[in-house]
Amino acid sequence: MSSLVITDLHAQVHTDTGPKDILRGVTLTIDSGRTHAIMGPNGSGKSTLAYVIAGHPRYTVTSGTITLDGVDVLAMSVDERARAGLFLAMQYPVEVPGVSVANFLRTAVTAARGEAPKLRLWIKEMKEAMADLQMDPSFAERNLNEGFSGGEKKRLEILQLSLLRPKIAILDETDSGLDVDALRVVSEGVNRYREATGAGTLLITHYTRILRYITPDVVHVFSDGRIVETGGPELADVLEADGYERFTTVPSA
Amino acid sequence: MSAITIAPPMDLAPRVHSLDPAAFTVPTARDEEWRFSPVDRLKQFFDADPAAGFVTATGNGVNVVPMSEVASSWIPIDLASAIARANVKKAGVLEIPAQAQWAEPVIVDLTTIEHNSYQHLEIVAGQFSVATVVIRQTLTGNVSGSIVINVGDGAHLRVITVVEGEFSTALALQMPVIVGRDATFIGALATLGGGAVRIQSSVQYTAPGGRAELFGVFLSDAGQHVEHRIFVHHDQPHCVSEVIFKGALLNPGARSAWIGDVLVRKDAIGTETHQSNRNLLLSEGSRADSVPNLELETGDIVRAGHASATGRFDDEQLFYLQSRGLTLDEARQLVVRGFFADVLGRIGNDTWRDSLLVTISDRLGISPVEDTDE
Ligand SMILES: Nc1ncnc2c1ncn2[C@@H]1O[C@H](COP(=O)(O)OP(=O)(O)OP(=O)(O)O)[C@@H](O)[C@H]1O
Ligand SMILES: [Mg+2]
Repeated sequence: MSSLVITDLHAQVHTDTGPKDILRGVTLTIDSGRTHAIMGPNGSGKSTLAYVIAGHPRYTVTSGTITLDGVDVLAMSVDERARAGLFLAMQYPVEVPGVSVANFLRTAVTAARGEAPKLRLWIKEMKEAMADLQMDPSFAERNLNEGFSGGEKKRLEILQLSLLRPKIAILDETDSGLDVDALRVVSEGVNRYREATGAGTLLITHYTRILRYITPDVVHVFSDGRIVETGGPELADVLEADGYERFTTVPSA
Repeated sequence: MSAITIAPPMDLAPRVHSLDPAAFTVPTARDEEWRFSPVDRLKQFFDADPAAGFVTATGNGVNVVPMSEVASSWIPIDLASAIARANVKKAGVLEIPAQAQWAEPVIVDLTTIEHNSYQHLEIVAGQFSVATVVIRQTLTGNVSGSIVINVGDGAHLRVITVVEGEFSTALALQMPVIVGRDATFIGALATLGGGAVRIQSSVQYTAPGGRAELFGVFLSDAGQHVEHRIFVHHDQPHCVSEVIFKGALLNPGARSAWIGDVLVRKDAIGTETHQSNRNLLLSEGSRADSVPNLELETGDIVRAGHASATGRFDDEQLFYLQSRGLTLDEARQLVVRGFFADVLGRIGNDTWRDSLLVTISDRLGISPVEDTDE
């Protein structure tokens, strides 16, 4: 049983023109086995929340806390957070030229598990995980995200999720750039991971369509750097019907 | 800084060719060709040193003969190379017979015990021969001289040159390549050691249909100056040249310079040429100069291009890798290996590619990750 606890989190992004306040008091607890959806308009700060949890150096926390099972996450380096069991599937995965997917995955799995997996078992495991996501085996030889389509990048993020088996997964717009078939395959991948590990999931999305495949326990509406409303799955239907207008009139602090 | 000029000509070609040192002026930092060079650290090559020795070439099939017996097709283009040519007593000669198909690479070691040494190595690939030659230039003292490569008609020659040695040494090296009709030359140059290193590679074609690929990787650390000057002279129709150099500058004080000149003459119709240099600065306080020049005297070509970029680690790449649990060191290691991967992959010899990767990883103070494939 794990628990990611975010309390009254305020954070800034460093821009060329100086720091800019983005998160304005986010409070949220994600327990193992629970799936939270965060929905909100463009630019409301959803990715910022994800990056701050992962420890991206461009963001500074000005107040508030994040703990994982009682341990201060904000005191950890980026890689310590990952090894502690946090995973961020990125909205825009990064290309790393010259580094093969296979080499990268094995290095990451070795870091996550604390020892290198046995080569023969590892190759089998990787092949099966790729087959589950309907990825061609030739993907393993390609350079990390280089020249990948949007959908291919998202599949690779979920492949990492299934191999790294984090305690808490944050999926930032994993549905964007996917056609219907790919959305189903990727969602099934997320569901398999949830069932197999009983992990907690934070699903960030702009649209409701992924929620038809991955059923959330809780839906939060995110606007202007904070959660402005929380409800059950039915809240997503309200958003689908009415849009975000009702929530975007909140004056910024 | 770069330039693509159609006219008037910049005349990238060397102005003087001569066996007589007196035909050349003494280089100074004010000369265009020397403005990136550590002239002070190379100046021992500008005066004949009567005490100098010569570099010995050893390897299967290499003959060491008096320089007077070598009919070299290449004429020196600067004072250092003219002095070296006039004073080198013995030369190494490797002849690959016409039609020969050498399955295994021939390894040629270039070594010296003297403080200052002159060098001449002549490689002649006979018509339609196929061979790979690995040259290990190991610097224990200062070396000035040349490695002259002749690729006969229809021949396919691959030359992998690895320069290593102490940071107290200096190297002024000319590496001219003469490419025959429909011949292919693949040159891989790994400049990893030596203190003040200035390597001039040139390509000229004697007939149509030649192809030259020059791949380079280099490392420069504090106290090193690593300079490569490339000159590709397209004066024959339908020839191809491709030049890719990648360098990493390790610590504060590291210096490198890369000057890539491609000159496409009026008659060189159907030319295909591309050159690029990319440098990765791994610390503040290091400096990489990169100057590609392309001069076209004809527009009747297939393709001509050049690119140059010098950058630092990409923070987004490092963040992405760290967010997967890799430490900063591991992330940097993957990125640097990835940076060199494509050019090392082009060497076309897996054994030497892997060996260079290990050497580079060692120099970066990182241990290579085992590969996933068995
Ligand atoms: N590097 C940056 N420089 C300047 N502004 C930034 C930077 N990163 C984020 N911002 C700003 O912070 C705000 C929040 O951005 P964020 O990416 O977190 O929003 P989001 O909710 O994820 O949006 P989307 O739905 O488009 O993904 C936006 O106004 C954005 O312009
Ligand atoms: Mg976003």
